[in-house]
Amino acid sequence: MKSISIIGAGPAGIEAASILAKQGVDVTIFEKSSSPMKNVADKAYLFPNFAAANDIVEAMNKKLMLPGITQQNDTDIVGLTREGQRGWKLTDSQGNSYYTDMVLLATGYTPFDAHRKEELGYSIYGGVVTSIEMERMIRYNQVANTMMEKPRRVVFLQCVGSRDEKSGNHYCSKVCCVTAVKQAIEIKKQLPDTETFIFYMDLRMWGQHFEEMYRMSQQEYGVRYVRGRISEASGTFDGRVQIKAEDTLMGMPLKMTTDLLVLMVGMEASAGTRCLAQAAGICGEYGFAQSIDPHLKDCQTTQEGLFVCGTCKRPMSINDAVNDARAAALAIIDEIK
Amino acid sequence: MKTFGFTISKGRQINCDELNNDKVEKLLELVPSYKWCIGCGGCTAACTAAAFSDYNIRRIHTAFYRAQYEGLDQKLQRCMLCGKCLLVCPRGVNTRSLIINMRRILANVPTNTFKQNNKEEKQ
Repeated sequence: MKSISIIGAGPAGIEAASILAKQGVDVTIFEKSSSPMKNVADKAYLFPNFAAANDIVEAMNKKLMLPGITQQNDTDIVGLTREGQRGWKLTDSQGNSYYTDMVLLATGYTPFDAHRKEELGYSIYGGVVTSIEMERMIRYNQVANTMMEKPRRVVFLQCVGSRDEKSGNHYCSKVCCVTAVKQAIEIKKQLPDTETFIFYMDLRMWGQHFEEMYRMSQQEYGVRYVRGRISEASGTFDGRVQIKAEDTLMGMPLKMTTDLLVLMVGMEASAGTRCLAQAAGICGEYGFAQSIDPHLKDCQTTQEGLFVCGTCKRPMSINDAVNDARAAALAIIDEIK
Repeated sequence: MKTFGFTISKGRQINCDELNNDKVEKLLELVPSYKWCIGCGGCTAACTAAAFSDYNIRRIHTAFYRAQYEGLDQKLQRCMLCGKCLLVCPRGVNTRSLIINMRRILANVPTNTFKQNNKEEKQ
């Protein structure tokens, strides 16, 4: 029996582990933090059907209980090398080594560090928050301005660290557009009197029900959209944030004061993805892991016995990552046979 | 005092904190479908008046939505209410009603008189 190791216990890693376990294949799943599903656990609701993130986390944790899955939490894999007949050698940060025949990389993404867009004032002005922080505020019913009061206005800015040569990320992070629409609706549900604006370049409503959600945000919740990228943010004397942008549909510059400016941060390859993709020789663009072919061999890599799934390849939504993990599990089963 | 013929330019920047949105709110109440506009410009592309003048309905209703009313009443007179914009709108905005109501609001026609004429807009 071949031994299989999965690196990363997020939606993709867990889904692949559960599919393999159900097929009678034993897997070990390594996770660098103390519990699985770290990124999802902080979310409130998920697009497009407003499923509670908690339910998804619970369902995924349940899958980990299947016989045949060994969990190794608090194990940060930092080394991945091929050692001939012995297969792959995994090394963790403590210096322990693990040998395995096959590896599935599911090391995921990390949110773009908003400090890098200095002009947007993140961690300089209290009213500037990231979408990750906003999600937490929504989850715990704590949407408030710097004075801990109900905000009069919340402004979302798309494409922070995505589609941006200045931050080195030319690609689209795919999920931020719909996340902003979702968060604006959530805010309107909690605080109907708060004005919400979304500043965008294009709204990429690629998934099923996304466009309908966008329409619903306009029709039922009065979310307002302005086409134009916010160029800079500055603080006001009363702890609010003033933003400047061009309203490109009007062809005129525009300024606005807001209680909260939410930066929709994109996805970048996580530290684990960068390090392991590099170590294994499958490093693609922007530090993401590279599959052989995006159409027909998207879970296989040029390295024997090394597979990839989820957001370690490119930005993906949770359901995409889960589906991709199933494909990867199937590719592994094919290889074992 | 000697005058040199110089003047101070009026600010062109839209200051969203000082806008009077009463007219916008009235318009949305009368033409709720306008909330669905995505600014695609289909209405302007199809417009019969736009082919022969600088009349740009997409620009006009966007300006109205941002409470930039100056000069709009004059511009809106160019519309012949042919309704082609209504046919192309991908979001089903009642554009003809939008134009008629923008004209009326800008001309300060009392609200109650045009509520009766807008029964089809009430859903």
